[in-house]
Amino acid sequence: MLNKWQLLLSFMKGRKRKYIGAIIFTGLSTLISLVAPLVTRTTVDSIIGDQPMMVPEWIADLISSIGGKSVLAHNLWICGIVLLLLSLFNGFFMYMRGKWTSQASEHAAKNIRDGLFDHLQNLPYDEHVKAETGDWIQRCTSDVETVRRFLAMQLVEIGRTVFLLTAALIIMFSLDIRMTFISMAVVPIVFAFSYMFFSRIRETFRLADEAEGRLSTVLQENLTGIRVVRAFGQQAYEVEKFDGKNREYSELSYKLTRIMAGYWSLSDFLVMFQMGVTLVIGVYWASLGTITLGTLMTFVIYEGMLLWPVRHMGRILTDMGKAQISMGRIQELFDKSREDMNEDGLKPDFDGDIEFKNVYFEYEKGHPVLNNVSFKVKKGQTVAILGPTGSGKSSLVHLLQRLYDYQDGSITIGGVELKDINKKWLRQHVGIVLQEPFLFSKTLKENIALGRKGANDTDIYEAVRIASIYDVIKSFEKGYETPVGERGVTLSGGQKQRVAIARTLIRNSSVLIFDDSLSAVDTETDAAIRKALKERSKGITTFIISHRITTLSEADLILVLDKGRLVQSGTHDELIKQPGIYQRVWTLQSMMDEELLNIENKRLDGAVSQ
Amino acid sequence: MDVFEEQEYARSFSLELWKKILHYTKPYRKYMLILMAVMAGTGGIDAVFPLMNRYAVDHFIVPGNIEGLWLFGIIYAGLVALQAVNVWLLIDIAGKIEIGVCYDIRKLGFKKLQELSFSYYDKTPVGWIMARMTSDTQRLGETIAWGLVDLMWGSVMMLATLCIILYLNWKLALIVMSVLPALALVSMYFQRKILAEYRRVRRINSRITGAFNEGIMGARTIKTLVREEDTLQEFKELTGNMRNSSVRAVVVSSIYMPIVMALGSIGTGLALWFGGEGVIYQTLTYGTLVAFISYTAQFFEPIHQLARIFAELQNAQASAERVFSMIETEPDVKDSPEVVKVYGDVFSAKRENWPPIKGNVTFDNVSFSYKDGEEVLENFSLDVKAGESIALVGETGSGKSTIVNLICRFYEPQEGEIRIDGVDYRKRSQLWLQSNIGYVLQAPHLFSGTIRDNIRYGKLDATDDEIIEAAKLVNAHDFIMRLKDGYDTEAGEGGSRLSTGEKQLISFARAVLANPRIFVLDEATSSIDTETERIIQSAIQKVLKGRTSFIIAHRLSTIRSADRILVIRDGRVIEEGNHTELLKRKGYYYSLYTNQFKEEKEMELMSRDSWLSDDVV
Repeated sequence: MLNKWQLLLSFMKGRKRKYIGAIIFTGLSTLISLVAPLVTRTTVDSIIGDQPMMVPEWIADLISSIGGKSVLAHNLWICGIVLLLLSLFNGFFMYMRGKWTSQASEHAAKNIRDGLFDHLQNLPYDEHVKAETGDWIQRCTSDVETVRRFLAMQLVEIGRTVFLLTAALIIMFSLDIRMTFISMAVVPIVFAFSYMFFSRIRETFRLADEAEGRLSTVLQENLTGIRVVRAFGQQAYEVEKFDGKNREYSELSYKLTRIMAGYWSLSDFLVMFQMGVTLVIGVYWASLGTITLGTLMTFVIYEGMLLWPVRHMGRILTDMGKAQISMGRIQELFDKSREDMNEDGLKPDFDGDIEFKNVYFEYEKGHPVLNNVSFKVKKGQTVAILGPTGSGKSSLVHLLQRLYDYQDGSITIGGVELKDINKKWLRQHVGIVLQEPFLFSKTLKENIALGRKGANDTDIYEAVRIASIYDVIKSFEKGYETPVGERGVTLSGGQKQRVAIARTLIRNSSVLIFDDSLSAVDTETDAAIRKALKERSKGITTFIISHRITTLSEADLILVLDKGRLVQSGTHDELIKQPGIYQRVWTLQSMMDEELLNIENKRLDGAVSQ
Repeated sequence: MDVFEEQEYARSFSLELWKKILHYTKPYRKYMLILMAVMAGTGGIDAVFPLMNRYAVDHFIVPGNIEGLWLFGIIYAGLVALQAVNVWLLIDIAGKIEIGVCYDIRKLGFKKLQELSFSYYDKTPVGWIMARMTSDTQRLGETIAWGLVDLMWGSVMMLATLCIILYLNWKLALIVMSVLPALALVSMYFQRKILAEYRRVRRINSRITGAFNEGIMGARTIKTLVREEDTLQEFKELTGNMRNSSVRAVVVSSIYMPIVMALGSIGTGLALWFGGEGVIYQTLTYGTLVAFISYTAQFFEPIHQLARIFAELQNAQASAERVFSMIETEPDVKDSPEVVKVYGDVFSAKRENWPPIKGNVTFDNVSFSYKDGEEVLENFSLDVKAGESIALVGETGSGKSTIVNLICRFYEPQEGEIRIDGVDYRKRSQLWLQSNIGYVLQAPHLFSGTIRDNIRYGKLDATDDEIIEAAKLVNAHDFIMRLKDGYDTEAGEGGSRLSTGEKQLISFARAVLANPRIFVLDEATSSIDTETERIIQSAIQKVLKGRTSFIIAHRLSTIRSADRILVIRDGRVIEEGNHTELLKRKGYYYSLYTNQFKEEKEMELMSRDSWLSDDVV
């Protein structure tokens, strides 16, 4: 298994060159910021002043070829131009560095986001049933952002710090060894100090983050439960509760601030103290003539440039710590295993009959949900399933799309075992309308068109007609273009179900499943939908879970489930002759309204006479 | 949510707004002053350091003299120590202000949220409010503290440096400053561009969050529709846009920075050129040139900082507008000052002045419409005696919920009066009424915390015995005891999974504990299993006993047991009476009842726990 950093590296793949390029440009830009003071120094020291020049030979050659330093001294604008050129180069390098770093880090961030999205989409059905949505979203958004920020801002900075340190050390050593040691004395201390700080601040950061989480929870609960708060007149209590969390978070934040204040002031002190020491000792040596004024100036300037990035280590380490924690949280999502799609499976046509043979299924070991279920459905038949809550109706139809896998027995379509079929292929041909369908933040039309790629308007109108949702759509001002979902109009449960039915119908599946998907639709609409369906879906095998006797009675085959077992099956005519629940409900239904009322009136009379 | 997110706010600086923002720093005035002093000190010392170098060059190196070097060293060390203290104070005080302002605004905001009427909540998404209370507040606090720090630092640095170079050599200084106008123009242009790019990035970012939300919530649907790949493609398009916009934003600022630097180095180059000539022609001392050049570099440093700060201030201004728009919202339903004087407000109630409530409720010619002109009640009158139970029956959108909302004074009538015990309820405080009304919702909302905590919410000073008693009354005790941790079971989202029915029972217990005179029940439409259903029904009967009650009813047993049934249609009572009377009338109620009766009977039969051993009908 990959560790956090390896995982991160895998997302950076394909842009490594950009990263390396960005680091090189950072180096080049750093190099120029090291060279520029040298130019100033040489100009001040040797051209304006009269110190001997300490420059590489080719520059000395260059200077003598234009007539020696006196020409430069009288044309100081040349030195100015050189400075400007250097800064233009530097600008170019910084630009490239900025561009490539952002390209590389945004690419990595995109990879992580895409990867997460893809991975989550492909987790087994059950993972989503149990999902902690809020927590997952948190990981996919703010944790990814933390990692991105680290990649975009700090990763290259590490390169810069290391480069600066090495380059400056080389130059300084070449100028004066003793001065170098004195100038750099504080660097190891700052490093050690930063490291100590790193572990302390990480812990406090975590505590403050958690406190913030609790604060948001109290706020969110208050907002979503505002009716309850008002109904019990508990505003004062809520304010007190919120205040407690607010205070707790503020205190932790302040603790963090204090640590930061201590860190920054101490490291500033060290850095500036170092500069002072360098200056005093440098001046002392310069006055003795041990070093030149130019060398001293160079040291003073470098120190300023070099010690600040060293101090910046604190920042880098902090962000690295946060990125590490975030990457860990992201990795936990990636560690969940994906659903096996059986890509190499068969892709049969769904022309044949469906057969369940001794099917056994359980969610938890030892608690069978379906036990020894066997039945056979001819192609094109309509099967109605009824049974009490927890009898296994939904599980049975879920098995047909292999949202869950049966442990024993066999399910075949046209003689092909379900488990041998490519899962995508299977789901494309078996359409299911879930009991609580989810609509996306798109228009009605787009939501329906989701069912099939390339669905045209005619397909959509047809599906809408069958699902009896046309009147509803028409009643909206924007019709088909009405946005639904979180940001759109709120549809009632029944309307949602009908949109979901249209969405599934458009797929032209060979098998259609309605998982109690007409429960929120009124009886008449229910009947209308089924009538339209019947006309259209000749040859389509249909499964309907329903509580409505009229719905059940029209089916070719009725399955009665109880406690995971198939207790009765047969046609309407067969079942009304058998003693059992179906017969009883049917009898009741067939009673006249008057009779019903008689019962009621008797009850009432009894109540009145009491 | 986007609709709210994308609201555009004024881009120019608004003095008015900044006055308001500064108002919130009032409690921290003292700190602000110290901070500014510290800032000025820090900037000053920063500006002095190169002077020290110059002093060292002119006094020690050039004359070759080291007398006084130790004193120099000590002064230097002193300054360094002072600066370290400055930095420490700076961070500490700025942090204090930031955290303090955030704390205050959050507190104020939360209090306001407790006062705002439901009409506000109807049109404002929770996510929007959350963002105002968290990220916007945070940004505002940060900017008030750090923006000011940076602004002060930058300005002091620039001013001090300017003074020094002008003092050192004003001619040279003017030459260096000749690049300033160009810098100002460039900064203004680029900052505007950068800001616009970042705004775009933030917008896409909120869409990505939305996409993740839907991708996770809708994953089951996506799976059944085999839409994984297409959804991923759509998502990739979004993240692709995000990448491009982000890169563009960075690229723009990557162009800006070098330009600032180049302009800066033009300044330095000019100083070198003219200053160097000055030294050669001996109009300038060598030491002055050295100092001058280091100051020039230092002069340009704060400029892009300032540009960044101005952009941040602009952002903070947008946050401030959003936060204030929330804090300054006036609640639609508000107690008059006279009422507050006698009965107290929401946070400090004067309970001793509260009159006891009997429970007579009167609607007198009440007219009401929602702001968007939705549902309307017109000249609605109703007289309910204390202890009477009223069932409200009718289709969705008929006005049942409105009536209930008006009784609770979540909204107020536009015309007419609602009287409690004969007195217009606007003459009493909201808290008085709401403390006397028990309100149980269709979808029960429990807070995170234990079951005990949740029941106690009805009466905060209730003893454990009272809580258990309340739970027993609504038949919740048994199922609670069956849970592993009993009353200490976590009830919230992260806790054990309670069924809807169980949550309902807990919310009943909570209401019973509050012991209200008036009870409002918004009955659930969703079907629960028969056993729980029966328990809930019996709980309802017990809860309603002896109280004035209003029930938005869906179940026949609930409707039947009401003293009076009101059939509501289009905001009007079309039929009224008890169950028997209404049935005899054979009108709307009659057909509603018979249909419902059949459906319920069927449901009841079909959804039993088991049919193996039953004896129905």
